[in-house]
Amino acid sequence: MMKFRFRRQGNDPQREKIKQELFAFNKTVEHGFPHQPCALAFDPQLQLMAIGTKSGAIKIYGSPGVEFTGLHRDAAAVAQIHFLQGQGRLLSLLDDNTLHLWELGGASRDRGGAKSEGVVYLEEKRNYSLLGRPGLESCSASRVTVLLLLSSCDLLCVGTEGGGIHFLDLPRLSLRDNQSLLLDQVMQSIPEDYRCGKSLGPVESLQEHPKQPGKILIGYSRGLVVLWDLSTRNAEHMFLGKQQLESLVWERSGSSFVSSHSDGGYSVWAVASGNTYTHQPVSSSIPYGPFPCKAINKILWRTIQSGCPVVLYSGGMPRASYGDRHCVTIQQDKQHVTLDFTSRVIDFFTVHTTDPEHDYDDPKALVVLLEEELVVIDLLTTGWPSVPPPYLAPLHSSAITTSCHLDNVPANHLTVCVCVCVCVCVCNLAPPPRQQELLLTGHEDGTVRFWNVSAVAMTPLYKLSTANVFHTDCDPNDDPLDPTNDPEALQEEEWPPFRKVGCFDPYSDDPRLGIQKISLCKYSCRLVVAGTAGQVIVLGLSDEWSDHTVDVSTVDLLQDREGFTWKGHDRLEPRASPAPFPPGFQPLVLVQALPPASVTSVMLHAEWNLVAFGTSHGFGLFDYHRRTAVLARCTLHPNDSLAMEGPLSRVKSLKKSLRQSFRRIRKSRVSGKKRPIPTPTSKIQEANAALADQEEVAPVQRRIEPRSADDSLSGVVRCLCFADTYLRDGTHHGPTLWAGTNSGSVYAYALEVPGVGTGRGRPGGEGSGCVEAVLGKEIQLMHRAPVVSVCVLDGRGKPLPEPYQASLDLATAPDMTNPHSVLIASEEQLKVFSLPKVGAKTKFKLTAHEGCRVRRVAMVTVCSTAQEDYSETSLVCLTNLGDLHLFNVPALRPQVRYDCIRKEDISGIASCVFTRNGQGFYLISPSEYQRFSLSAKVITEPLCTVELERPLETHIRSLLHTNTSGNTHSSLLETHTLLAVPGGDYNRTWPRCSNVHK
Amino acid sequence: MVQSTGVQRAKMSRHQRTPLKNTNNVVEVKSKFEAEYRRFALKKSGTGGFQEFYRLLQTVHRIPSVEVLLGYADIYGDLLPINNDDNFYKALSSANPLLRIIIQKRDVDEPVVFATNSLQRRKKGLAGLRPAQQKTKPGLMIGHPQDFRQISSIIDVDILPETHRRVRLHKHGTHKPLGFYIRDGVSVRVTPQGVEKVPGVFISRLVRGGLAESTGLLGVNDEILEVNGIDVDSKSLDQVTDMMVANSHNLIVTVKPANQRNNVVLRGSKVSVGGNSSSGSIGSTISHDLAPSPASQSVSHYSNSNSVAEGDSDEDGDIIIESDILPYLPDHCVSNGNGSHREFPLSSSLGQRPLPQSIFLPSSGSLSDSKASLNSLTTPTHNGSPTKTSSSQESMREDGNIITM
Repeated sequence: MMKFRFRRQGNDPQREKIKQELFAFNKTVEHGFPHQPCALAFDPQLQLMAIGTKSGAIKIYGSPGVEFTGLHRDAAAVAQIHFLQGQGRLLSLLDDNTLHLWELGGASRDRGGAKSEGVVYLEEKRNYSLLGRPGLESCSASRVTVLLLLSSCDLLCVGTEGGGIHFLDLPRLSLRDNQSLLLDQVMQSIPEDYRCGKSLGPVESLQEHPKQPGKILIGYSRGLVVLWDLSTRNAEHMFLGKQQLESLVWERSGSSFVSSHSDGGYSVWAVASGNTYTHQPVSSSIPYGPFPCKAINKILWRTIQSGCPVVLYSGGMPRASYGDRHCVTIQQDKQHVTLDFTSRVIDFFTVHTTDPEHDYDDPKALVVLLEEELVVIDLLTTGWPSVPPPYLAPLHSSAITTSCHLDNVPANHLTVCVCVCVCVCVCNLAPPPRQQELLLTGHEDGTVRFWNVSAVAMTPLYKLSTANVFHTDCDPNDDPLDPTNDPEALQEEEWPPFRKVGCFDPYSDDPRLGIQKISLCKYSCRLVVAGTAGQVIVLGLSDEWSDHTVDVSTVDLLQDREGFTWKGHDRLEPRASPAPFPPGFQPLVLVQALPPASVTSVMLHAEWNLVAFGTSHGFGLFDYHRRTAVLARCTLHPNDSLAMEGPLSRVKSLKKSLRQSFRRIRKSRVSGKKRPIPTPTSKIQEANAALADQEEVAPVQRRIEPRSADDSLSGVVRCLCFADTYLRDGTHHGPTLWAGTNSGSVYAYALEVPGVGTGRGRPGGEGSGCVEAVLGKEIQLMHRAPVVSVCVLDGRGKPLPEPYQASLDLATAPDMTNPHSVLIASEEQLKVFSLPKVGAKTKFKLTAHEGCRVRRVAMVTVCSTAQEDYSETSLVCLTNLGDLHLFNVPALRPQVRYDCIRKEDISGIASCVFTRNGQGFYLISPSEYQRFSLSAKVITEPLCTVELERPLETHIRSLLHTNTSGNTHSSLLETHTLLAVPGGDYNRTWPRCSNVHK
Repeated sequence: MVQSTGVQRAKMSRHQRTPLKNTNNVVEVKSKFEAEYRRFALKKSGTGGFQEFYRLLQTVHRIPSVEVLLGYADIYGDLLPINNDDNFYKALSSANPLLRIIIQKRDVDEPVVFATNSLQRRKKGLAGLRPAQQKTKPGLMIGHPQDFRQISSIIDVDILPETHRRVRLHKHGTHKPLGFYIRDGVSVRVTPQGVEKVPGVFISRLVRGGLAESTGLLGVNDEILEVNGIDVDSKSLDQVTDMMVANSHNLIVTVKPANQRNNVVLRGSKVSVGGNSSSGSIGSTISHDLAPSPASQSVSHYSNSNSVAEGDSDEDGDIIIESDILPYLPDHCVSNGNGSHREFPLSSSLGQRPLPQSIFLPSSGSLSDSKASLNSLTTPTHNGSPTKTSSSQESMREDGNIITM
């Protein structure tokens, strides 16, 4: 796994051993909602839910923290998933007409030299693809439409496009020869007058009789429904439906079934014995008629002991008026709710009693899988409210624009946070108090979401909206916080009785509200968010409602620069009247940068009450204690016209459009040639075409020019850093501010902060004097590459502690006796300079050697697996090729290199965020974070066991009867034989895991 | 004026040792100042350096206090400058046997321009009847002697395979673009399995007037094999681009020229057969050293392609400005061309050995000098550099920083 690319490595075996104990790369878990889901299945026995995706992944979820992932070898979309109930096996049908059998397997995995047991994973056991009978059926006739697993789990019925049904033995997945039920057999017993034409259409539905195993209900597309006895191979009953069939469902007793049709109606049929043919259903209705309606794709009929049965179905909306809605209807007697979703309904199921002794279904909940989220409806409570699911939270309910990670969040501060959270969002999920890690995501609609990422399951904690600080076009009465808060108010008084459900809302009211940067002090609970229109908002935590006015100040970053006009968007208008702010983070000060360009960097120092922010024009320093601007510095280059004109500039758009049109031409030229030719001789033709292509296609060219000073957007402030260090001389240290720009300049300011160390701004602290900033040094990197990060190292070469860490005795105090140094990471080079005289000490020219550019850097501290107290501070770099390089500090010696993200995945690389303990997150889709670990010790991965009884194996797992998660949410998936050991902390979960298999 | 290759040095020494035409080791000099001509003879050996020659001319023309610029006409009729030891020796060696010197006053209002074909030689016979052909081709402009500096060199000739060429481009202090484009392509390699097509990176285009074109050492469709000692094999086009840009201040590319006719070692093989070429021909493909600038450090550590040149002092020109109140950082702080005058202790210790100057002329398809390349195979590649008094500012830059108060 380790790749050593550097010459000086591999010499010292001792060092190699230490490195192996320190570093290991693992992609651990995926957080969030699976991208492009297309299949859903539920195993009521094991309480497991499976979701299949378009990319061929299968994800299994149990109680919070229990997650397994399997990936098909072919990246075809998963069409259907079916559990072999209680066996920990499942069947998947792919788009390419192949069947796959998966198994949950337990194993011990080698991890960092130690055996880690209790890791359960999903693996593919067998696959099968159904072939058409040559000469008799066309290729499409053998295409699988439906699957039915008999409750005995030993037989699989496969319905096809051609109307035939094939039987496969399980778990061997072998076809029962000569047992297939073909269309002609059924046709023989159909009355003459019903027969029109030859075909009955594809098999649309297969349902097993709930009381009499061995009898299946077969529904053909044309409308015919046959009750077939598998043992006698005989059609027991025929239901001569006239409507195009969509789906079938049995009533629990087996005395009747319901069929749904393409005209938007459903019918109830009685299964009376003795009579072979039924011509008419018992009852039939088109709920949203009389105007033409869309098809009801799926219908469920659930009986309740205490009253009328519940009918649940998707679709069926009036075609003209609401044909574009994504709806699921719940109907019981007079109650009727049309759940109106914001994205397409993929599938749904109910959680109900499956005990055969029980006479009623008694559904507890409805689970609807939508394209962008999972919605759970509580069917026991009147009004059928929606319940926030404990996981699978849609990260992307509004597009993620930025993220920020905090670890070791002190429990007491977080409890405040959590208490507030509980009363703010009606999320009854009380997070366990041991949580330590927070992930903050900033969104396009101006919200910041707080997630608990201490464990495998990423749970939502709190949602903060910044839109109410501003006056926007949307209705001010509209509570932007949580639309699910008050469903009654949103319910429209109309037919159908729509109710908006779900929180996926990709539409932003105002793009200027988008959050660009976040900085949070976990000790003082001060939060700074900065957005697209140059807004920087300082927020404080409060547990009461408040309707104060927010102080507004503007900072002109252009200062005396003349001849520039901003042609971009206007700044956001602050709200004139005081707005009520709910408990939680409430805005204190709003700082608006002028011109209102997007904030590119923000840094908070809560101990000094200072916030620094940078845009493409310059940077500013604001004292939020006294509410005054301390400094504004323009970083613009005189030739930089692009930055001046804003994102809507004409200059840029022309340049861009030219470039784009050229790319389009080139692309179309290439793609036009690669169109597949579906003929037998295509292979030869393709080969010839490929040869010809090589000669013809104009190759991509790259210009080799050094960076010049007047590149566009050279003034963008890329990073900001506060440090208490030696800037002016070697004897007096003091607060400093560092700013790095796109053109390779670093500005260092010495700050005069009154009352540093005496607790300025804190209660009892005196410090009302003005903060002053004096330019100390300017560094211009010769290679002019953008400065990605600036970090001050103390006398031992360790990064300085965070604000409050030293003064609250939470970290070892920095070494102030030995000379400090500053690490400047540009896109091309890493350099360490001595302080206060800025002299180059060490450097590493990454781009010159590897040809890659630095995208993200962070200082991480990794602990050794062998020695409890040994840790090393390293610099981790993510490059534009998606690989991770680790360097020791301050020597900048390369340690290890790992491939992490595909280099084509630009959004993944851009979204990467590192934690201080050597983990990281990046977006693998708009809705999913991939978590990875660079540390051999700190690994967050699912460690769970599943109790299974497999008839064909003598393999029975032991079970540990503790409920570790202790969740109090409305517990749909709570009672289960499934145990999760959320492995948030490797050390903690270790001993437990070893218990599991005793 | 420094040459990094042994080739040039060898050629110079050959002229000193084995004059082919001037049996008596004497060079005829005809110098012209304004309207006056002087003719005198100069011994080829023991002529001293440039300064001595300069004073000699001043006395000969009786202009002891006039600041002048010296130029000479080379065999192609180009007026080339003499302003240091190296190009002085070059001028001497190119005397055929007459060395024509043109002296011009310095600080004249119009700047002196040296150019190729600036001196029209009298054409004889048929050649003279077709002057039009020459006029259509504009002469290469050669700037004022003070502005000259080394822009490129061929290095490591002795260790590279004969089909490869390692070229160093010096970009310091100019605003001139490097000026070339690279592209993806397919290269044919001979492997134990036979001939294989592998992806490679090629030069796709040279920008007119750019540095790369003016050296004449890089051509379209040359395959790029290494950048600053790092193999580009298995690297993407974007990676190679970034590597080149990151090394742009001191770019060393190893190429496999598409045109293999001008290879240094091809001539080397001729030598072994005993081919002797005419004197005075300038190594056509060798180098383009025009400057009084010293070549920087030894480049021998690039010979190992896997080696990583760390701690090279070729850059680190980061500018640190310490001040309390500073105006906006001026642009020219960085690009004022000081970089080209950088002095390195290593090279100055090696210095002193005078080296000839050579100018690449695209028109000269001439064969060249066999002995030179033979010698080059045995000459260790070290750079010499003329003595140069380093100013205090330069000495400060040795540790990489300019510090202005």
